[in-house]
Amino acid sequence: MAFNIYDFTSFNQSIDQALYEWLPPFWALIVEMTIIGLVFLLAYAIVGLFLVYAERKVCAFMQNRVGPNRVGPYGIFQTIADFIKLLMKELVYIKNSDKLLFNIAPFIVIIASFMAIAAIPFAKGLHAIDFDIGIMYVVAVSSLGVVGVLLAGWSSNNKYSLIGAMRSGAQIISYELSVGLSLLTIIVLAGTMQFSQVVEMQSTGWFIFKGHIPAVIAFLIFLIASTAETNRGPFDLAEAESELTAGFHTEYSGIKFAFFFLAEYMNMFIVASIAATVFWGGWMPFHVSGWEGFNHVMDFIPPLVWYFGKTAFIIWLMMLFKWTFPRLRIDQLLNLEWKYLLPINLVNILFMAFIVLMGWHF
Amino acid sequence: MKEIINLPVHSIEEEEYHINMGPQHPSTHGVLRLVVTLQGEIVKKVQPHCGYIHRGIEKMCEKDTFQQIIHLTDRMDYLSAHINNHAVCLLVEGALGIEVPERVKYIRTIIDELARIQSHQLWWSSFGMDLGGLTCFFYGLRDREHILDIFEESFGSRLLHSYYTPGGLMRDIHPNFQKRTKEFLKYFRKKIRDYDKILSGNIIFTERSKGIGTMSKEKAINYGVTGPSGRGSGWACDVRKKFPYALYDKVEFREVLRDEGDTYARYMVRMDEMRESMKIIEQLIDNIPEGDFTAKMKPIIKLPAGEYYQRVETARGELGIYCISDGNKTPLRMKFRTPSFVNLGVLDIISRDMKIADLVAIGASLDLVIPDIDR
Repeated sequence: MAFNIYDFTSFNQSIDQALYEWLPPFWALIVEMTIIGLVFLLAYAIVGLFLVYAERKVCAFMQNRVGPNRVGPYGIFQTIADFIKLLMKELVYIKNSDKLLFNIAPFIVIIASFMAIAAIPFAKGLHAIDFDIGIMYVVAVSSLGVVGVLLAGWSSNNKYSLIGAMRSGAQIISYELSVGLSLLTIIVLAGTMQFSQVVEMQSTGWFIFKGHIPAVIAFLIFLIASTAETNRGPFDLAEAESELTAGFHTEYSGIKFAFFFLAEYMNMFIVASIAATVFWGGWMPFHVSGWEGFNHVMDFIPPLVWYFGKTAFIIWLMMLFKWTFPRLRIDQLLNLEWKYLLPINLVNILFMAFIVLMGWHF
Repeated sequence: MKEIINLPVHSIEEEEYHINMGPQHPSTHGVLRLVVTLQGEIVKKVQPHCGYIHRGIEKMCEKDTFQQIIHLTDRMDYLSAHINNHAVCLLVEGALGIEVPERVKYIRTIIDELARIQSHQLWWSSFGMDLGGLTCFFYGLRDREHILDIFEESFGSRLLHSYYTPGGLMRDIHPNFQKRTKEFLKYFRKKIRDYDKILSGNIIFTERSKGIGTMSKEKAINYGVTGPSGRGSGWACDVRKKFPYALYDKVEFREVLRDEGDTYARYMVRMDEMRESMKIIEQLIDNIPEGDFTAKMKPIIKLPAGEYYQRVETARGELGIYCISDGNKTPLRMKFRTPSFVNLGVLDIISRDMKIADLVAIGASLDLVIPDIDR
């Protein structure tokens, strides 16, 4: 197929082979891991900074404002300036707070989101690890973040933080189910949990089109549940600035606050890229079976453009409803999950299984 | 030592804890301190602690002439500054038996209603913000700006105007006033539909507000909750209808009443009041008669010895001014019955057994202005 021109597999393999020829295997592995780590760290920072900027612009657009426009052209360096400011700020410690947990918490949150990014394929052959249980790994790892949030709330010695952390714990653990089940719906259709295969299977059509109504329902539920899982509005109860001042990160300052802040945006990026990969074909171009010419043209658009375009679209959707809706209350939030989303999800899986059994999918 | 060990421990309430909302808290809109007793997320008790912005306005009034007192009343409920000024003016005019020119009555009524609209706009903005819809805040402030611009053009200030004087107005209105007010009405008629779209019809919003903080009519009367908050419980307490002043007996408007008494009812009352205020302005704006902008007044105002009471309907409820004069140029005693202070009293009762998030919503629906509580 034509998208082989953007295949990174051989490129990666040649680097791999070269390293193993020059260095003993152990050191080659270390060098590879360092390179991947650095690349991801860089990507992490750039994506995080860009998302903060994008959020501020989208929010400004929704609110009839201009948004940041002073630092650099169109204010694109605003977030970098903010980040430098946060780096230089004093780290405040609260009396009687649990210092060890207080210091560890932001790292746990950021590591959880950092680990999840490893399994996501950005283009053909462009992923750090291609697990055969990739989807399950991502769901498992991304839910580790709640430990950091709970620790932050507990160790801060602040009642607002504690309430925020408990809310967040209840919320993330509940919505984890919906995220898992909506992905399971697609796994039923795909028959595999390996990200690269999931994407490969969508070369004839993205799963959201292939899977009939159940796929659309699963996507909507995934969108709602993953927004809740990343603690973003209208489900930002853990922060709830009008109720709990800043929720679990009330007592954090400087770079530690920046870690929480960055992790929120990176989590948003991760769930958006999972949604893009699982439902919208990841880096796979848009194909219509039968239209060969059209498909060829689509193939010439690089997969990274497809991937980031889809992810950006889903992030944009999530930003839109953050800036439109008021916040839910904690009991309504849990009602929504346990009384509506979860039963719908379970029925939806059956529905999908039925469709797959009957062979009604495309 | 033995006594200390054997102290009774009943005073320690198990599983309940206190949290200080304020004096610095985003949703108290000022320096109100609420000591909230919580059980998990459930509010058991709310104790308001006032006094963080107490400026002793009532005491200061005893040293000031009546013209000066007007400037102090601006600082109580700064969102209905005009209406507060109006109360003092009416008090003095009533005591001296001065009949103000028709033109003044027209202008005062129009400006009072504009002040009510801009106050409700800011309330709507902050209500949305308290429920987590930050976009509402900018929508409300954007539209409020238009009224403030009209105010700025005519009176030279945007928040604390001190435009009314006993007997009339500080100066005449700007020639553009009528034109711009009519433009604003046309503009805002369209924009208020956006308000309904973004908040009133939103399912999350209705879920958050319906059945929350229900206040029965009896409770509203017992606690003296006036204004839109009281009318949301079905208590017809509009001073403009019951004790009309200025031109309110001549214009046609509906006293908005709702029976549910919950946060949503209080919200809808205010939304409808904005429409009613626009109706009042529309009836008057084209008919402002020519004439003087002030009655003839002596430079030094001395009220005859006696007791006076004047009430007006501010954007928050009934503002009562009780004045004892001993015939001097300064009052012997001034007492303000400010609506926010009285409405705050009911907060504890109606927010019990609700969640923290509901407490914020209820507080926002009572539309408290903190300097109005503390004076």
